[in-house]
Amino acid sequence: MEYFIQQLINGITLGGMYALIALGYTMVYGVIQLINFAHGEFFAAGGYVGAIALGYFSGLGYMETHPVICLTASFAMAMAYCAYLAVGVEKIAYKPLRKESRLAALLSALGMSIFLSNGLMLTQGVYDAVYPSELFQGRFDFGMVTISYLQIMIISLTACLLVGLNLLVFKTKVGMAMRATAQDKTMSALVAIGSNRIISLTFAIGAGLACAAGIMYGLYYGSVRYDMGFVPGIKAFAAAVLGGIGNITGAMIGGLIIGMVEIFGAGYLSSEYKDVFAFIILIAVLYFKPNGIMGENIDDTRV
Amino acid sequence: MIQEFKKVWKPYTIGMLWLLGLLWPLLGIHPDGTLTFQKTITVWSYLLAGSFVCLMIYVLKGTDSLKFIADPISRAAGNIKTTSTALPTWVWLAAGLIVALIYPQFAGRYGTDVAISVLLYICLGLGLNVVVGLAGMLDLGYIAFYGVGAYTYAILNTVYGLGFWVCLPLSALTACIAGCIVGYPTLRMRGDYLAIVTLGFGEIIRIILNNWMELTNGPNGILGIKPIGIFLPVFENGFTFEHFWMKKLQLFYYFALGLAIVAAICVHRLNFSRVGRAWESIREDETAAELMGVNTFIYKLLAYAMGAIFAGLAGAFFAARMRFVSPESFTFLESAMVLCMVVLGGMGSIPGIILGVAALIALPEIFREFESYRMLIFGATMVIMMLFRPAGLIPAKRVGTRSEEKEG
Repeated sequence: MEYFIQQLINGITLGGMYALIALGYTMVYGVIQLINFAHGEFFAAGGYVGAIALGYFSGLGYMETHPVICLTASFAMAMAYCAYLAVGVEKIAYKPLRKESRLAALLSALGMSIFLSNGLMLTQGVYDAVYPSELFQGRFDFGMVTISYLQIMIISLTACLLVGLNLLVFKTKVGMAMRATAQDKTMSALVAIGSNRIISLTFAIGAGLACAAGIMYGLYYGSVRYDMGFVPGIKAFAAAVLGGIGNITGAMIGGLIIGMVEIFGAGYLSSEYKDVFAFIILIAVLYFKPNGIMGENIDDTRV
Repeated sequence: MIQEFKKVWKPYTIGMLWLLGLLWPLLGIHPDGTLTFQKTITVWSYLLAGSFVCLMIYVLKGTDSLKFIADPISRAAGNIKTTSTALPTWVWLAAGLIVALIYPQFAGRYGTDVAISVLLYICLGLGLNVVVGLAGMLDLGYIAFYGVGAYTYAILNTVYGLGFWVCLPLSALTACIAGCIVGYPTLRMRGDYLAIVTLGFGEIIRIILNNWMELTNGPNGILGIKPIGIFLPVFENGFTFEHFWMKKLQLFYYFALGLAIVAAICVHRLNFSRVGRAWESIREDETAAELMGVNTFIYKLLAYAMGAIFAGLAGAFFAARMRFVSPESFTFLESAMVLCMVVLGGMGSIPGIILGVAALIALPEIFREFESYRMLIFGATMVIMMLFRPAGLIPAKRVGTRSEEKEG
């Protein structure tokens, strides 16, 4: 039982990260009906910029004196960086191809993904970038179950970001514009919503969330690699599909489920094959229920 | 010209400043708490210079200021075209074949080695072309079938001691079966979903190869695979056959050449057959194809299986040449590389793919010092090709005339 609860906590931590990445896929899909293959790279870039910023602060010596400020500043910097990167990627690789065939856009996205991960490798080196480990050393012990401060931080920050995103999308004017663009571009253009801006904004928000997940991943596992965006990217995509692509709540739930399945699969079945479970869920969902658990109807040309 | 330049300078400046902003945090912030600008500015100025040259060419081309260069080039291209159409196609094919046949006599060991990889990748690219170019399904897990073919030969050879020529059809068969197993559940999906599911299956196959220690020896790979053996007739002491291991690279080259030629002929014949028409109709509009009575599921599965067969054959050759296989050789990046070759050359066009493979394998060998930039350039190539020339360097010839071409 203790083992189960322990795994549950680990699963929520990991699932929250997947949910954050999955939101980017689902939001971009919502506005331009395109799967952003380069999204996993935003996650990796976020992890790297977080490592760079934290390294810089600890080099200056602020890390011991003001850890919370440094962490907040690093998150803010990295998220801004990734949003900036995502807008650039969107303008180069997606915008000119919006009218072209889907295969062209997909290939361009794939090329961008390879380009970005190799750009990271060339600028940052092939070795792991290490996160400072002295942060959040403590933990709570409840009998056999332990929760580290880091896990609490990750879970609470994820929850804050998810609530914040929900508020942004469902309560503000910008969110309304985003939803309108997702539903009908022509109609929203007629009521003076600039679809280009909204699409860029969607990319930026999605990349910012993925970046936050990247920093959390780095803090949790201690290091980041240039090619780490690939597998979490596919798993987060599986999460987005599981929740019903285009649906924000669905992506959150899907992310949690994928995280749980991975942790429980690794804990109870086989840790070597832990990456396989997410793929199997992806394939099963697409085969049996392509709309996902919360998805709207997808027309026949998509699936 | 100034007018033209006025139009582009603004987005160009914004783009370059944007790039500077993206580069600086990666290159300029150091973990020891210092900030530098020198390196960023250096890298950025190279990029600035390069892109400025491209921009100038683009602008000048737009204003016809490059006529003095462009005209002779287009005239030369026209001349080449007329001579090439004046001579029948078989002359060109024969010339190419002769060059390919005598190539290893002049190239050294290294040149032959590169040529063998080109030939194997041509086979792979042609197989992927069946799936992506002809049937229009984006398959990102293609390299898994290459792996299945290679591992089939490796295991059958090292464990059961079977020879290469027995294993070659078996490799194709297992790859085909793997293709059908993967294809059966996935082929109801289209477009993006299909791409990501095939990617998932490719990864699953790689993970299995990596973890099934008893069968595949895991990440250590399988060593000691025998090369190709052939029976040579010997006329001393009467007429006997002598078994002969093909350890020489040159002889291997001819077998790889044979494989590539067979693959090219097969793909060509398939393209212009009834099956090829069915694939084309599926690629252009699947719903319409289904309404016209094309059994889309069977044809898509067939395309998938055909692609897998070519990959399996190439895989067996790969195992025989390297005499070592490990899961490292069958990662997603390899799939992306083969895809990049197909996209660069032109989806659906056989000469295009040959050119694409030659460009992407041979050029990095020439520019050895830029080895680490290879995948970066591959990624950029894919984006640029999609933006400026989506049909590839040598676009595919279509069967028949299309309605929009008639009007135009």
